Parts: sequence; C-alpha cells; structure tokens
Amino acid sequence: MSEGYLELRRKTIARDRSLREKVMSLEDAAKLVKDGDSLGIGGSTLSRTPIAMIWALIRAGRKRLTCSRGIMSSDGELLFGSGACDRVITSWFSQGIVWGVSKVMRLYTESKRARFDEWSHMAMGLRFRAGAMGVPFLPMRSMMGSDVVTRLPEVREIACPFTGEKLILVPALNPDVALIHVQRCDPYGNAQIDGLQFMDIDLAMAANKVILTTERVISNDQIRRAPDHTKIPFLAVEAVVEVPFGCAPHECYGVYEPFFKHHDMYAALIRRDPEKGMAEYLERYVYGPKSWTEYLDLLGMEELLDSARRGRSIYDD
Amino acid sequence: MTTETMSEPRPSNYTTSELLAVMASRLLKDGQVVFAGVGIPLLAATLAQRLHGPGLTILFEGGTIGAFVEPGQLPPSTNEQRCTRRANMVLSSTDVLLLLQRGYIDIGFMGGAQIDQFGNLNSSFIGDADNPTTRLPGTGGGNDISSLTEMIVAMKHEKRRFVREVDFITSPGFVHGGTSRRDSGLVAGGMYRVITDLGIMGFDDESRRMTVLALHPGVTVKQVQDNTGFELLVARDLGVTEPPSERELSVLRHLDPDKLYIA
Repeated sequence: MSEGYLELRRKTIARDRSLREKVMSLEDAAKLVKDGDSLGIGGSTLSRTPIAMIWALIRAGRKRLTCSRGIMSSDGELLFGSGACDRVITSWFSQGIVWGVSKVMRLYTESKRARFDEWSHMAMGLRFRAGAMGVPFLPMRSMMGSDVVTRLPEVREIACPFTGEKLILVPALNPDVALIHVQRCDPYGNAQIDGLQFMDIDLAMAANKVILTTERVISNDQIRRAPDHTKIPFLAVEAVVEVPFGCAPHECYGVYEPFFKHHDMYAALIRRDPEKGMAEYLERYVYGPKSWTEYLDLLGMEELLDSARRGRSIYDD
Repeated sequence: MTTETMSEPRPSNYTTSELLAVMASRLLKDGQVVFAGVGIPLLAATLAQRLHGPGLTILFEGGTIGAFVEPGQLPPSTNEQRCTRRANMVLSSTDVLLLLQRGYIDIGFMGGAQIDQFGNLNSSFIGDADNPTTRLPGTGGGNDISSLTEMIVAMKHEKRRFVREVDFITSPGFVHGGTSRRDSGLVAGGMYRVITDLGIMGFDDESRRMTVLALHPGVTVKQVQDNTGFELLVARDLGVTEPPSERELSVLRHLDPDKLYIA
C-alpha cells in the first residue's frame, strides 16, 4: 500500500522524465502493466473510464491486479469477470443505479472469489491526494461512528495534536500504474481534460507510472498555446495511446455520452446469469474482435453516432 | 431498480416515487446549498429549483457546483456530463466533497436501502458483513455527506427497510442515539428528516429516536407503525401534508418523462 517515502522518490527519479515522444499501441502499453500490479483507474462511474486500456489488459491476460477508483462501474465487473483483478478498492461498485445491484459484483464478492474494500468517496480522494502530495496520510472528519471504518485495518483514529479533536487518518495510495483517458494530449503526454476531472490529477501525480489513452493526439505547439489547460504534465506520463471512443460504452465529456442501449443489453445479459452472461459478453466484445476498431464496429454505427451527438450536445447552450 | 409497490394501496394520481420527490422538494428552500445523490434526491432538488427555489444551489459528488439538470436529460449517476448543465463550476470529486467538511453545505440529500431508529443508513451489506446474503454497492459519498452535514433521506416505508438496528452502518445518523454521534467524533450535522410514502419523520432532540412529524393525507399513525420494525415516537403536534398539486406533478413529469427515477 503506502510505501516508504525514499522508495517512492527513488522510483520517481528513476523514471525517464524528459520531454520525449511516447506514443504507442494499446498492446505495447499493456506490457507496462505486470501481473499483481496495483492500478488506479481514472474517471468515475460511467465517465471517462479508460475502457480501451482495461480491454487491452484483459486481452493480454493480466492477473491478480488490485484496482482503485473513486466509483467503480462495469469496468470493475469486466476486471472481476475476466479474472484480471481480484481486489477492488472503491467507494461504490455496481453498474449504475438505474440497472439495480450488480449481480457480477455480488457473485464475486459474496463467494469471496474477489475482494471489494469499501472506503468513503472522500477517503478515496484523500488517499490519492496524499499520494500526490508525497505525505503518508491525510486527516479527515468522516467515516467515524460508522461500520465502514471497522473493516479498514489501514485506518487510524487520532486525537489532533493541536485541538484534541478525534480525526481519522487515511493512508496515501500510490498505485503502480494509473490508467487515465483524456480528450486530448500531445505526444509527450501533456493532457487536457474537459469537464469533470474526478480524482484524475491527484491519481496521475500519485502513481508510479501513468498510461494515458486519448481521443486524439494534438501537437506540443497546441499545448504551449494554452498551458493553463494542461491538467497532467508530461513528466508523469509513461505512455500515450490514441484511441478514439476509448471509453465506449462509457462517456467521454463533450465527445460522447454513455451507450445506453449497449448498457441495457449488457445488464440484461448479466442479470440472467452473471457467470455465463459475463463469459458471453467477454467472448463477444473483448476477446472476439481483432482490434479496437472492430470492437467499435460491434457496438454499431447507429449507437456510436447517437452517443456522439448526445456527447457534443453539452456545448449546445 | 426493482418494481415498486405501495405499502398500502390507496387511490391517487401519483406513484410512490412521485410522492417522495414532491414531498422532499418542499423541504428545500431557495438560497440553500444542497448536496444531492442520484435518483429521487437529484430529482427532488431539481424540482425545487423549478418550483420555488431558482436560487437553490445543487452540488454533485462528480464535481459540480450549482447545476440545472435539463428536463428529460437526467443522468444515470451524479458523475456524468448531464450533471454539469449550466453549472457555475466543475471541480474534482475530492474538492467538492471537501466542501462538506469545510462546512459550506446546508443539506445533504440521499436515498436509502435500510434505515434504523437512530437514522443510520445501510447501503453495504444485508446480513452479516463477513458472510452477507447480499453485498450492496456501498457508500459512495453517502458516508461523507451524512457525517458532515444535516441530512434528508427519501425512501419507501417498508418494515424490511425500517429496522431496529441496521445490519451495517454505512452512513451514520445518530449512531446509538443520545450523544453517541458527537462522541464518536462527528461533531457537526446529523439526520434532519426522513421522507417516505407514508409521512415525514424527524428525530427527538434528546434520545435521537425517529419521530413521526407529519402524515400524508389518508395515512394513520398505526399504518406507519405497522410498516416500521421499531417503536416510533409521535410528535405532539402531528401534522398532515398537502397532497402533491397538479403543478408539482406536471413539472416533475416534465423533468423525468422517461421515468428513469419516478418508476
């Protein structure tokens, strides 16, 4: 979990932090993740989820990953269902409230085939922030009085050394690798994020490695024209992968909204039988297609265009 | 969610969730700052903006300050772009949640799966947490909201949901009653109101036990008690709510024409 401070610095200094091009394929980026790694996943719920990178990791057969995210949705279900991940650290985990309680999440956690460590949403945020700040913990005022905290041995309660008040300390989270999808970035990894940022900036700075997937790669000149729009700096980034519709069937702010029909289809499939339904889904949409483009073909032009029309409509006002 | 049935069938021109949304919207005042969860809370807060609170500021945990959600464009959670419509600011999820801790929020507003006599909410485990019969999705921002501000909860009034003691305290109310919330370290906030399809509940100032404050038209105290798994206190000046008006219902239905939340 939280590692020694000098070790964290040593790993950071050892990274090539120079201004260099790092554009690569999804397959090559997947090689940067090792079995057993801890991953931080960007976005939240159905938003800016790095689905393409998760898809590539599942196809590459990664195992025993620990995955942290503010809120998990079907990304966590695919990671559990494929056997890529056996532990999720998050505040909420289900496909989405409109589809009811996830049967895949239930199947895996209730049978103890996988772990779901539940933290409050703010605790997740402060853990990434502590990681980004290079401090071992941050204090906070929620989770006390609840049973959430009783299931988290990593948490400490203290009396504030200044005021004597009870406070909760949550440990820093410095994932081995952060997977983050953005609207655009340059070949060096300077990333612009439109709309909701969730915890992505803290996550990027906390992680020991960042894999960026992006709707499109833009020039460094474009970045330098508006450096105040850069939300993640190149020096934290290890890989840049250009993947249009890289969050599908989730949303990417201002580019496309969730593919609701696909979500309904998926929900019906796993509701019928979480095990078989998931296997069927993975075979059809993850293992089956030869490429990300072929995957998008399967989602279908009609829904793709509809989700893009809805996505862009945010700028209609 | 699953198909909803009324606790007690009665002739009306509105559904349970419509009743909840309308009753909840009336508790929100113009000028307040409200932190709303997805579903009925989001809908009720948006309804309040349209009906009587154009200056009601709605915050979402996705990272939005002061949005006006568009009719027919309700988000599937509070983390999608639909939550940012006409917002004053988007910020990180961590920073919007920290506004609760800093003390900027008047009301936190959530739904609930299970509640107990002290207003503790469970959205984590049904049964024993080590071997649950059902693993529920968890707290999300619920624990933070209920720990750090005054809370309104909207939920269906059923015996299986209103239990003496929740299986697991996900989002604390008054913990074990009395001063136990404050003693646990939660010095601010607490349960303010619970709105159900039968009435409106508050909490006794001393014991912190759930107290019936008002009944919806045609509902009796016995009916509320029969649908509750613990003994309720009843306010001396027990009130009766006004049924949802045509205007309230028509604005509400305009907001959710696809019945995403108002099943």
